[in-house]
Amino acid sequence: MEGMTPPPPMSLLAELTHRCPLQCPYCSNPLALEPKARELSTEDWQRVLDEAAVLGVLQVHFSGGEPMARKDLPDLVRQASRAGLYTNLITSGVLLDRDSLGRLADAGLDHVQLSFQDVDPQQAEIIGGMKGAQSRKIAAARLIAEDGMPLTLNFVIHRLNAERVPAMFDLAEELGARRVEIAHTQYYGWGLKNRSALLPTRQQLEDTERAVAAARTRFGNRMAIDFVTPDYYADEPKPCMGGWGQRFLNVTPSGRVLPCHAAETIPGVTFPTVHDASLGDIWEKSELFGLFRGTDWMPEPCRGCDRREIDWGGCRCQALALTGHAEAADPVCQRSTDRKLVDAAITEAATATETFVYRRYGD
Amino acid sequence: MTDTSPLTEERIPAFVRGTRLQHDRVRDQWVVQAPEKAFLADPIAAEILRRVDGHTTLRAIIDDLATAFTASRDLIARDVQAMVQDLAERQVLIWKA
Repeated sequence: MEGMTPPPPMSLLAELTHRCPLQCPYCSNPLALEPKARELSTEDWQRVLDEAAVLGVLQVHFSGGEPMARKDLPDLVRQASRAGLYTNLITSGVLLDRDSLGRLADAGLDHVQLSFQDVDPQQAEIIGGMKGAQSRKIAAARLIAEDGMPLTLNFVIHRLNAERVPAMFDLAEELGARRVEIAHTQYYGWGLKNRSALLPTRQQLEDTERAVAAARTRFGNRMAIDFVTPDYYADEPKPCMGGWGQRFLNVTPSGRVLPCHAAETIPGVTFPTVHDASLGDIWEKSELFGLFRGTDWMPEPCRGCDRREIDWGGCRCQALALTGHAEAADPVCQRSTDRKLVDAAITEAATATETFVYRRYGD
Repeated sequence: MTDTSPLTEERIPAFVRGTRLQHDRVRDQWVVQAPEKAFLADPIAAEILRRVDGHTTLRAIIDDLATAFTASRDLIARDVQAMVQDLAERQVLIWKA
């Protein structure tokens, strides 16, 4: 890879804000949340969206925090849409009403991914920490279905809701969703902080696998199902982000440009921002994006592994979080000398009590 | 919903909302944009899908392709039928008529 121009990225995760009315203890945001005062301006985001389209990005995912907390969201959707980007809104739905949906649809929004914490309202509230959130989400889903915009329901799975995966499919069908994501929690940042309370048992994982297989048979082509497993129970790591700096980039609320949403944990490197350079320059020339791109950076056992261009060594942030070394093999890999750390976490979770550290904005 | 009625050439395919064909200028290729994924349309698929506008019948699409590529109409009809049926099952296309 060295000296070669990397292929352009396919998708941009635009984290517009870290503000959010929910407090989910597995939030994918970093532990250090960014204040509103540091958020990019409307004009900054519009420029970034244009740069993304020129660079070759095909899809933009507006996320957060809760992206609907930004009043200028319809303007950003319009800008992205005009630039030819496919626009996806990743939302909790609690701020969505008929007017705001209408403005987004008029701006050209292509698709909504709506998150649910559970199908049981009380359990959902224990996770999200917001009273009345479930009924707002149901109302949001009905408005989206009525409008005709394609809808994906997203469920993050963990020990406290894994048994209700079959009911999640029922809810998705009832609400007219075309896609469902059954995504087991990934253990970085907040998820790692709360790992002992969230990690399911192997039995629970297998039950969710059966529920997904049954739903695939039941729905056929009527519903697309995306199933994400907890890699702690895998023998081989996932190809995180499709490889570092190969398909994906992330812009944080304050404008840092990252190869993945957890990359700010990587020590000893400068994080490029949209104020310093264009997305294209950052993608092609920054130290951060070159750090783990391709295979040249790999030590053993990745370097000599026949899967090195399949899983790209797994997840750098997970390697860092668990072993202290970002360039180590992802410790979920059976070839990693650190696999024992993952096995120990599974053992520890089996006897842990369920006490959460909530992700509260402004704490 | 899977539509199992036989495909006559009077039927009119359309892209379902949230799905579209798009030229990817940077990579000079055609892609189908869909919820949470973009997939490559090979050159034959792109020629067919460029003619899917929600108004044009399969008959007109096949005629137009046969003229444009001076190829056997039967062969083209078979390709078009197979592809639109597959994409309708995968919820990329719907039938307007």
